[in-house]
Amino acid sequence: MSTLAIDKAGPSRKVKYGSMSRDRAWALRWSYFFLVLFAIFFLTPPIYMLITSLKSSAEISAATNPWWVFHPTLSNYVELLTSNQFLRFFWNSSIVSLAVVLVTMLISVPAAFALARMKFWGSATLATGVFLTYLIPDSLLFIPLFKMLAMVQELTGITLLNRWYVLLFIYPTLTVPFCTWIMIGYFASIPKELDEAALIDGASWLQTLTRIFIPVALPGLIAATIFAFTVSWAQFLYPLVFTTSVDQLVLPVGITTTLIKGDVFNWGQIMTGALLGAAPPLIIYAFLMDYYIAGLTAGATKG
Amino acid sequence: MADVALRKVVKRYDDVEAVRGIDLDIADHEFIVLVGPSGCGKSTTLRMIAGLEDISDGDIMIGGDVVNDVPPKDRDIAMVFQNYALYPHMTVAENMSFGLRLKHYPKAEIKARVTEAARLLDITDLIDRKPKQLSGGQRQRVAMGRAIVRNPKVFLFDEPLSNLDAKLRVQMRIEIKKVHQKVRTTTVYVTHDQVEAMTLADRVVVMNKGRIEQIGTPNELYHKPATRFVAGFIGSPAMNFIPCRLEDVGGTLQLRLTDRIAFALPPARAARYNALPRTDKLLLGIRPEHLTESHAHLGPGVETFDTVLDVTEPMGMETLVYFGLDGTPVCGRVDPNAGATDGAPMRLAMDLNNMHLLNEETGIVL
Repeated sequence: MSTLAIDKAGPSRKVKYGSMSRDRAWALRWSYFFLVLFAIFFLTPPIYMLITSLKSSAEISAATNPWWVFHPTLSNYVELLTSNQFLRFFWNSSIVSLAVVLVTMLISVPAAFALARMKFWGSATLATGVFLTYLIPDSLLFIPLFKMLAMVQELTGITLLNRWYVLLFIYPTLTVPFCTWIMIGYFASIPKELDEAALIDGASWLQTLTRIFIPVALPGLIAATIFAFTVSWAQFLYPLVFTTSVDQLVLPVGITTTLIKGDVFNWGQIMTGALLGAAPPLIIYAFLMDYYIAGLTAGATKG
Repeated sequence: MADVALRKVVKRYDDVEAVRGIDLDIADHEFIVLVGPSGCGKSTTLRMIAGLEDISDGDIMIGGDVVNDVPPKDRDIAMVFQNYALYPHMTVAENMSFGLRLKHYPKAEIKARVTEAARLLDITDLIDRKPKQLSGGQRQRVAMGRAIVRNPKVFLFDEPLSNLDAKLRVQMRIEIKKVHQKVRTTTVYVTHDQVEAMTLADRVVVMNKGRIEQIGTPNELYHKPATRFVAGFIGSPAMNFIPCRLEDVGGTLQLRLTDRIAFALPPARAARYNALPRTDKLLLGIRPEHLTESHAHLGPGVETFDTVLDVTEPMGMETLVYFGLDGTPVCGRVDPNAGATDGAPMRLAMDLNNMHLLNEETGIVL
């Protein structure tokens, strides 16, 4: 009966009701237009880097079309990857970044848990304070930090300056506040009843953290980990200031200080080094992208 | 299993008193329901028994031991939450066994207990699923399973059925009752739903504004409410409260409702109310089922009066009729075949044997 009624009322097919599909088509066209524009804008530098890294020094300085490789060569890659110095930078960067990630997580996860869940006197103020410290840029912090480390050296005789491991103390000033802040948000989105249930089930605070909160907040934890790694890996100012000997340098500083000799820029190797240096974060992002997005948008919608 | 006792328990938040000196004795095996409107302090009371809230004053005893400063995990209680609070990353079996695993029970015993609880709750098939894959009713069963496997001294339920739809709620209500009949654990159950309270409880505790209004069996609360609050809270549709006064007419005690409606009180009632000052402002409390259609064979103490109906609501097995007495809205329940229609006059009968008389100012049932 109902189908009959619909048949009768059915309009002739040619009448267009509304313009949902037309709106959508235009929205898509604009989206594509801008997305392509952005893609070109953001992908040009790495492509240029790739092109340049495949050229010999002679070809780079020759007045040919810079967007084309006429005599492709892997000599830059071979040279860098067989250079002990470059491998040393790579190694330093890896050790520093991984250690900083570890240190950051060991500090910020318990800190975030305490600030989000264990209501104590001043916990709200402390949480805000943690975030405020993140707002102070490293370009303001490096001088006082340098002075502090110099004082430590004077007073105790422990040399920290110009040692790669000094970065393990310095980088967390950037990573811990931000990671703590994301983890506070993430932990706060976990229903209160969950830790109450754990508490009644007989879990201690530490067990609640390790057996309930960390597994439940895993996407947030991974997002924080990626952030800490990226920040440590890409950090330039601090290692530039705190390390000077060639064997103590990390990748970004190492490339710029050793491959630029006076006013001679070894462009091919600089670009190769930069590309190789960009690879690890890229690989990590590729594998953990879903988690990263899930982590950053958590709390926006109730999952 | 154990009894629970509350002695002058107070909860203060800064300057607000959420719970104002509660005394309550819960016997072993008993099913107690705390009921009241939101903000009456029932959940706070439950959370204090659980140890999730500190108590500001008084004592809470479980099994004879004062547990004021005992942390929740050492009180040997289990709690079921309104939003289930299942651990989302664990399977049903892992959820249920979490407490036992923390206490390092032998694996074989954990398995035996989980299997038994799953069988009791009819969730054996779901044992390997994650909470996300379960419906609301199933989640609530798992939450109950998590409580049962611990074999605690006391079960605490915090509005466990509020998140379920009406039909499922009725079903789960029966399930909870069945489970309690089997495991017999002392239970404290919080709800704002008076039907849940009446159907589940051995004894109901009606709370209002941080105080206990009345404690009693469901029947006691329904038939012998102590205060206007209890009388109005228990029962649906709610009890009618009609302003009235007592009069002496020719040696008999009369109850005057309006200028034209006055009834002679039945002898038992007359004797009970005779001592009251005639000047008191009183309220007649009468439940809708004691306001029915008039018929030829009315018993003693049933008085009739004529009124004009405002609205009628046919419910199928009965029809609710609404009318006014001197501006006071009143509800009655009549037979669906009694011919009640909107706007029509009708003769109704009031069963004064089941009336209540209340002091309007104090709200106390006289």
